[in-house]
Amino acid sequence: MSYIRLEKGADGIVDLVFDQPGKDVNVMGDEYAEAMPKALVELEAMKDDIKGLYIRSGKPGQFFAGGDITMMLEMDLHPSDQERKAMLDGIVEAKAPLRRLEALGVPVVVGINGPALGGGYEIALACHRRIALDSPRVKVGLPEAMLGLMPGAGGVVRMVRMLGMEQAVGLISQGKQLTAAKALEKGLIHELASSEEQMAEKARAWILANPEAKQPWEQAGYSIPGGAPSDPATQGLTYFGPVNVMVQTWGNMPAQQVIMAAVIDTARVDYDTAHVVEARYFQRLLLDQVARNMMTTFFVQMNAMDGGASRPDGFDKTEVKKLGILGAGVMGAGIAFNAAKFGIDVVLKDVSLANAERGKEYASSACEKSRSIDAQKTQEILARIHPTADVTALADCDFVIEAVFEDRDIKATVTSETEAVLSKNAVLASNTSGLPITELAQASARPANYIGMHFFSPAERMPLVEIITGNETSEEALARAFDLAQQLGKKPIVVKDAPGFFTTRVIGQTITQGQRMLAEGVNPALIENGARMNGSPMGPLETLDSISLETAYHAANQRRTDAESAGEIWQPAPESEVIRIMVEEAKRVGQARGAGFYDYDDNGKKTATWSGLKDLFAAEGYVDMPFEDVRDRLLFPQVLEAIRILEEGVITSVGDGNIGSIMGIGFPPHTGGVFQCVNAYGANAFAERAKVLTEKYGEVFEPPKLLLDMAKRGETFA
Amino acid sequence: MSEEAYIYDAIRTPRGKGKPGGGLYEVKPIDLVTNLLEEMKSRHQLDTTQVTDFICATGEPVNEQGQNIAKTALVYSSWDDVTVGAQLHRYCAGGLDAVNTVAMKIMSGMESIGVAGGVESMSRLGIGASGAAAGDAWVAMKSYGISQGLGADLMAQLDGVTREDVDRYAVQSQARAAHARDNGYFDRSIVPVKDLNGVNVLEHDELIRPTSPEGLAGLNPSFTMFNDFGHGDFLKFKYPEVERVECIHTPGNSSGVVDGAALVLLGNKQAGDDQGLRPRARIRTCALTGTEPTIMLAGPAPASEKALQQAGMTTSDIDLFELNEAFAAVVLRFQQLMDIPDDKINVNGGAIAMGHPIGATGAMILGTVLDELERRDLNTALVTLCAGGGIGIATIIERV
Repeated sequence: MSYIRLEKGADGIVDLVFDQPGKDVNVMGDEYAEAMPKALVELEAMKDDIKGLYIRSGKPGQFFAGGDITMMLEMDLHPSDQERKAMLDGIVEAKAPLRRLEALGVPVVVGINGPALGGGYEIALACHRRIALDSPRVKVGLPEAMLGLMPGAGGVVRMVRMLGMEQAVGLISQGKQLTAAKALEKGLIHELASSEEQMAEKARAWILANPEAKQPWEQAGYSIPGGAPSDPATQGLTYFGPVNVMVQTWGNMPAQQVIMAAVIDTARVDYDTAHVVEARYFQRLLLDQVARNMMTTFFVQMNAMDGGASRPDGFDKTEVKKLGILGAGVMGAGIAFNAAKFGIDVVLKDVSLANAERGKEYASSACEKSRSIDAQKTQEILARIHPTADVTALADCDFVIEAVFEDRDIKATVTSETEAVLSKNAVLASNTSGLPITELAQASARPANYIGMHFFSPAERMPLVEIITGNETSEEALARAFDLAQQLGKKPIVVKDAPGFFTTRVIGQTITQGQRMLAEGVNPALIENGARMNGSPMGPLETLDSISLETAYHAANQRRTDAESAGEIWQPAPESEVIRIMVEEAKRVGQARGAGFYDYDDNGKKTATWSGLKDLFAAEGYVDMPFEDVRDRLLFPQVLEAIRILEEGVITSVGDGNIGSIMGIGFPPHTGGVFQCVNAYGANAFAERAKVLTEKYGEVFEPPKLLLDMAKRGETFA
Repeated sequence: MSEEAYIYDAIRTPRGKGKPGGGLYEVKPIDLVTNLLEEMKSRHQLDTTQVTDFICATGEPVNEQGQNIAKTALVYSSWDDVTVGAQLHRYCAGGLDAVNTVAMKIMSGMESIGVAGGVESMSRLGIGASGAAAGDAWVAMKSYGISQGLGADLMAQLDGVTREDVDRYAVQSQARAAHARDNGYFDRSIVPVKDLNGVNVLEHDELIRPTSPEGLAGLNPSFTMFNDFGHGDFLKFKYPEVERVECIHTPGNSSGVVDGAALVLLGNKQAGDDQGLRPRARIRTCALTGTEPTIMLAGPAPASEKALQQAGMTTSDIDLFELNEAFAAVVLRFQQLMDIPDDKINVNGGAIAMGHPIGATGAMILGTVLDELERRDLNTALVTLCAGGGIGIATIIERV
């Protein structure tokens, strides 16, 4: 068995078959690097005696995956000059066989029978004709940017010359993966085939009909589609494109910067030089910390999560057939739509049928708005959602998610009401963002089957589910909640029961700091810009506006009442004072009412921070705080809180923490998450900076013992 | 310094509207330059065999304005082959930098007489015609450059300058320019542009127009598109205290787009005597400095302070200030920082009224203020401009 087989047919056409031994999928690693040049030597020797080449995969339904991420992660991030040169030579050498392939002098056709992503599609790009199986399994594209990388085997050079700069930069920097039909429409492949046999027939016919086949850019009169960088037609892209990369990523995503530059710079020079330019940019990302962060979290840790690293062993994978949902509000309706979309029958129960039907209408309007859901699919989805006010309708559900108002008493009532009709084995999960599960489970007659599942809003779009186990929750219930989350297309993280769980506790820190800085007289623009430049999707003030200030206001009032009735003197924290002033004095409670820290237009779109903030919080003028401090005050406390949570054993998986922080609460993705962020910064440097911040801004920045120990020992979170 | 550098003369073309249909649109940039070279030579019966060098600035050195327009114009003109030339690019500061460079050659004693100036045909080669190193994608992402006009809007906002302030300044510039033109203050130095048969193509500045505060207030801001298309956020990398820039600069309170050229004759005492020339002024000092490049327009004050310090002078020793009116906010900032009263700065208007032919402007406004010093019988003037990349330039001249 060898990686590449060459099989010459009676028609003079050679089949080049990728069939990596011992693997289900072909990958572009060391074995490929060894096999491909050898194959080229053989092909070059026989090129005068053959009619053409048909490239295909020997793996059923699998064409070719991309590069070897594990190998890239092992590379030294700070190599010597000599090693850098050797690395570049290696990159150039690795892509050379594809250049020789397209220049063989005979037609080369590829048949794509499964996913052709990254390196796999780069092989296809070096062929003169690309035929793909018209199958839902086929995915085509260059998704490297999603891991902070870029195509390094000619993908940028060939995409630019094939589709033009604008198309290429869009597809590559967004890491687009296209279905076969979409790839045909966009020009990434030339034709579709209905079966592998038909694909081979089409390939052979094309080879015989096109003996002079060449790449488009090697034909006379070729010019780059849409224009070269010097053409006036491309000035919009070359002038505004780089600026847009910077402002959309706030300069935090080196891959998108490098891709933009590589697309333009490879278009400025001849073809062979372009390949060298691409190699240099690719190397830049191989030596980039952000790429390491993203590969670690979004590849290694994500694969571990998908493989069930946090799921208890010993329980067979389960599938929910009928899901009950209690409460048809925004959250319940969102989960119902989500479940129906994934083929699960849903009983959507609310106190009245009208309420439950309103919840179903949410799904109906969401289907209408979605471009990927047609009329047929809409019908199927809606047919799966059964609104009801009758609790007995839940009797045959194998899993129930309770998504009623965040109130212990209401939750307790629906819990006993539901359990009365539920089958014995059914699991009941409470969707709560912070109420302790063990306490809620007191209302349950079978706490082993009671668990927390914290969905994020909007539930059909947000990818994370935080699963919370109560003291009595069984491992089996956890396994089943985990399976359901995956069945819903979500990423599940597993957290022990403690106030605020993981995500709520972590994000609370940055919101608190935002309010404190406002109270201290910091310019709100600095606070909000600081958060965005850190890589957060929005600033703390905007976040509070979108949640509503009233929630925080009522919580603080409750604490005050509790304190006073316990005979304590109430001392409001600065952040509570900000909320009190905003709600009581300014009467600005958030986005929903059109006025909060920001002004909003009639469509609820924010216009600018409210001009009254300055009079309320910085009447004497803004305080002078270094911008680095503002940024760190927003980022550091989240990380420090996450470390405390890990220290307390509330969370046990570093990967869950990283992925949960990014996908649940918008922690800056380029950092790789709350824990990877410390690895990149260096535990020692991070602890030292935390000490400085503690001196200046208080004990919330105190480095936890776990961090100090790690710093001392030079360890990383893994 | 071994020698003094004297200004023997400073002449310019009128400024034509810098677009098709403008008075100089049909004229090639080389003819703008050659017209002035011939006028300078005949005005002073100049023995050009004695002139070493001609430094000519332009902002778009490409196509018919490309390579070395200075030497090309000399070869094409009646000047002697011995005079050489070089093209110079220092963005908007080029024209004054050409003067300073020639002055420094003379002061060093290495050369005795030379010409400096600039040319810009914006109607034929608009801003950006020659491309830009700064436009490279990778460079751009590391440099935080924004539209210069948005930089002016940003600077105004940081300085607390309002739309009313910049419009008020613009009205003043137009009124002063019209008054100066109507009273013949520019006549001595404006040389009509002639065609190849000697027929005048344009005799007077074309852009000066009657302006009212109401009219100006009705104009739309010019740089909103850049603000909305990414530059408004890009600037936050440097100015995170900004939530959103309010655009206030319009075609009415920004420098106009025009065609034109200017030429200054400089030399040491001996060379002037040998040619029978009378010196009009001497260069006291000249200075260059760099400031924050994203805002780009803050160079004039620090450059002027540097020039004053080198000369051992203070602002009170300067009779007239001439600061290029790139945008009204540039002048207002300078006045604020340097405490310069209205009646000492840009007394005959500036680029808001008459236009800013990029490479030529520095040499042009040096001549304008020298004429005014003579008309008022005053002694000292400071000429300064802001320029791309945050460059500031200043030159102090003194009548002799």
